[in-house]
Amino acid sequence: MSPPFDSFDSPIEGCASDPAASSQHLLVLANVSRRRFVRGLSAFSGLVIAAGFRAGARAADTPRKYGADSMPHGWVDNPLVFVAIGQDGIVSIACHRSEMGQGIRTGMPMIVADELEADWSRVRVVQAPGDEEKFGNQDTDGSRSTRHFFDPMRRCGAAARQMLEAAAAAQWKVPIGEVEATHHEVIHKASGRRLGYGALAKAAARMPVPARDAIRLKDPSQFRYIGKGELKLVDGLDIASGKAQYAMDTRLPGMHYAVVARPPAYGGKVKHYDAADALKVPGVQRVVQIEPTTPPPVFNPLGGVAVIANNTWAAIQGRKALKIEWEDGPNATYDSAAFKSTLEQAARKRGKVVRNDGNYDAGVAAAARRVEAEYYIPHLAHATMEPPAATARISQGKCEVWGCFQSPQAARDLVAKRLGMSPKDVTVHVTLLGGGFGRKSKPDFGIEAAVLSKAMAGAPVKVVWTREDDLQHDYFHTVSVEHLEAGLDAQGRPVAWLHRTVAPTIMSTFEANARQEANWELGMGVINVPFAIPNVRIENPEAVAHTRIGWFRSVSNVPHAFAVQSFVAELAAAAGRDPKDYLLEVIGPARLIRPEMLSDTWNHDESPDRYPVDTGRLRRVIETVAHEAGWGKTLPKGHGLGIAAHYSFVSYVAAVVEVAVDDKQGLVVPRIDIAVDCGGCINPDRVRAQMEGACVMGLGVAMQNEITFSGGHPDQDNFHTYTVPRMTEAPAEIHVTILPGDFGKPLGGVGEPGVPPIAPAICNAVFAATGKRIRRLPIGDQLKA
Amino acid sequence: MTKLSINGKQHDVDLPGDTPLLWVLRDHLGLTGTKFGCGMALCGACTVHLDGKPARSCTTPISVLAGKQVTTIEAIGTDAVGKAVQAAWVEVGVPQCGYCQAGQIMSATALLKDNRQPTDADIVSAMAGNICRCGTYTRIRSAIKRAAATQGGQS
Repeated sequence: MSPPFDSFDSPIEGCASDPAASSQHLLVLANVSRRRFVRGLSAFSGLVIAAGFRAGARAADTPRKYGADSMPHGWVDNPLVFVAIGQDGIVSIACHRSEMGQGIRTGMPMIVADELEADWSRVRVVQAPGDEEKFGNQDTDGSRSTRHFFDPMRRCGAAARQMLEAAAAAQWKVPIGEVEATHHEVIHKASGRRLGYGALAKAAARMPVPARDAIRLKDPSQFRYIGKGELKLVDGLDIASGKAQYAMDTRLPGMHYAVVARPPAYGGKVKHYDAADALKVPGVQRVVQIEPTTPPPVFNPLGGVAVIANNTWAAIQGRKALKIEWEDGPNATYDSAAFKSTLEQAARKRGKVVRNDGNYDAGVAAAARRVEAEYYIPHLAHATMEPPAATARISQGKCEVWGCFQSPQAARDLVAKRLGMSPKDVTVHVTLLGGGFGRKSKPDFGIEAAVLSKAMAGAPVKVVWTREDDLQHDYFHTVSVEHLEAGLDAQGRPVAWLHRTVAPTIMSTFEANARQEANWELGMGVINVPFAIPNVRIENPEAVAHTRIGWFRSVSNVPHAFAVQSFVAELAAAAGRDPKDYLLEVIGPARLIRPEMLSDTWNHDESPDRYPVDTGRLRRVIETVAHEAGWGKTLPKGHGLGIAAHYSFVSYVAAVVEVAVDDKQGLVVPRIDIAVDCGGCINPDRVRAQMEGACVMGLGVAMQNEITFSGGHPDQDNFHTYTVPRMTEAPAEIHVTILPGDFGKPLGGVGEPGVPPIAPAICNAVFAATGKRIRRLPIGDQLKA
Repeated sequence: MTKLSINGKQHDVDLPGDTPLLWVLRDHLGLTGTKFGCGMALCGACTVHLDGKPARSCTTPISVLAGKQVTTIEAIGTDAVGKAVQAAWVEVGVPQCGYCQAGQIMSATALLKDNRQPTDADIVSAMAGNICRCGTYTRIRSAIKRAAATQGGQS
């Protein structure tokens, strides 16, 4: 076995989803004995925590862990795990988080490379397989990759740099303090001698990894790449030339292609099926039944009937020819119109009190006037451009899976469980993800591939989800009714605030009888509103789930921010005040609020000391975006500006939307301004890109997206019925302002926080333009009614 | 047996005539750059060129391809306009997840080959069939303008 640092004798390009490239290089690293830096090993294992949502309770005497420490398998900062240097000087850096468009395959290795003083043009990125014991937590969701791994990745790069310096000093027999690594070589200043990283690789690999307290991090003023936003995406060229490898693109010798007919309603199963006609379709090879699991759904396959063929089209045609009689099960009557009424009834009665400040009843009784509104946000589907797909093969007691997984460790554990294997015998390769948005945190499609490979005696099988499969069998964003009431004093200021939030909980995906929102759903913008209102009561009546509920980009912040930020604007209108000024007044003066004071025990699993709610930062994004958008300017007839702000994933975002409404075109959004304060900004160009994307996704939520159920199954099945923004609807202009941050302070999330303020800002703009208040999403044709 | 001309190479494929070009490219010829997104010509991820015009390969049966030249993302860089569009995509940092971008690039290249100085309205009209769930539309627009400029369409 070669020593680790020279194990990469040729550049490895692109994504490791290519089976030929495989993970053998990383395997070399895995076999190297090393100091273990695994921290935060969790007692919890397996399913629920794959999402970072703990189901189990912490023992009372265990101190609570925060941030990356709170995640399963915590973090790893060992350079021998993440960095390999070839004798040709090529530096390979492992990226252990999944790339789904957020730019993590550029951003994370960039952090290592900067501290390592590596020349970016000689850096190659290698995608890590699912192996959290080795790499630390790999759940790519919750807007946490960078905020949890910035520090470990800095240490990782700095430690590798110091090992190179130690190797050079030893070779030259000079004190280590006399040498310095800079831009891919180590220099001895006194003598002018220099050695490239390639020449030092072998010797450096034998140097001890510096102890953590001996690691010398760069001063941020010395960063070459971090914070500059000048590096191009590592996958940009591959994407633009069609070479990038997604899960859909996996090809293995002797591979079969499968599509699955799944029960139309959640909880249904096959009563009877006839495969005779399907087997007559040219190319169809076999028809295999997949057994469903009992609820809760977790990440298990839904079951059904799979058609396996020698190409995808034949499999799709074969599935059309199947004759299946379904037993629909307990959710066969799920109907969105009826369920809306059920939620509304629940929202109009007292529910479990989840925050109680002052005395709402007394406050509202003494108020000069009372305002009430109710908001409805439907089920949403993720509709990633790449529908779920995975390929599996089993050979000699080992299973390999290639897939677009946001949580490759969960895929590994669950494939192992379903096949009755040890996770050690399952390798999960992470391809590029053609969109994720939370859907691909649930690896049900990977388990399907493994089950079907087993049915084919271990031959490789690729499971392809069609768009219809994707929209009919998603882990849907919940559906909610948000009921708000407020009392205003004689000056129009809010003195009492009541918010009842009613929505099937994501916990129902993990616990069959869960009916109450979890603390982390409530902590997404309903209990932790940092408003200067003396009497606040938040309630959470029960709701029952009738389909698989999952997390969608920004999760519960989407309905909560829509309701809260719409309602604040309604109060401003009631008070006859400017919405921006009123919003700032409701937030109150700049101050730090401990989340517990808002009854938020979750706080995105971040320390309340490091991450208090900072109303000064919230005010600043509002003031900034208002300035950038020209708040108060004169607009053409039919145009209006709306503003909204939201704190989520420990970042602060505000948006101003301009809408134009006329009789002919309906609603158009010509411009969105958005300001974000996420603390220090590693890759500003990608932060900007995430905000741009969030504006468009938020616009879809506001104007178009809706999954409705009839007879237990969704009514929408492709992009003609589930409409999403196209260039025709997208804003012509999006202006992003990133507030200056400080790398010495805790980082905020970026992938999700941009979405929540967009829908309320759009609806507030519609009100400004037309006087019509939208309380039900999507807007659809409500303006024409 | 159907004769196909793809990226300048001749292929004989023994498949039913109603087989969509998309699956022939992806499963039979290994040209996976052309993506599957909807199967109904609704999203544009599968866009290729037929004799230089954009077409959705997911609903194009191979039976209609006799005598037509098929160009896919894998070969669009051999065309000067296609190459300029790819370069602009990288320069502007258009892609996020990237899955739809092959289709976007094929539509954009077809637009610029037909119209060297597209207006905003021309761009929206030509690109309306291509969905991007990551929401990269403003950058797509910038990249098209940049490619137009580098092609001499503008100063």
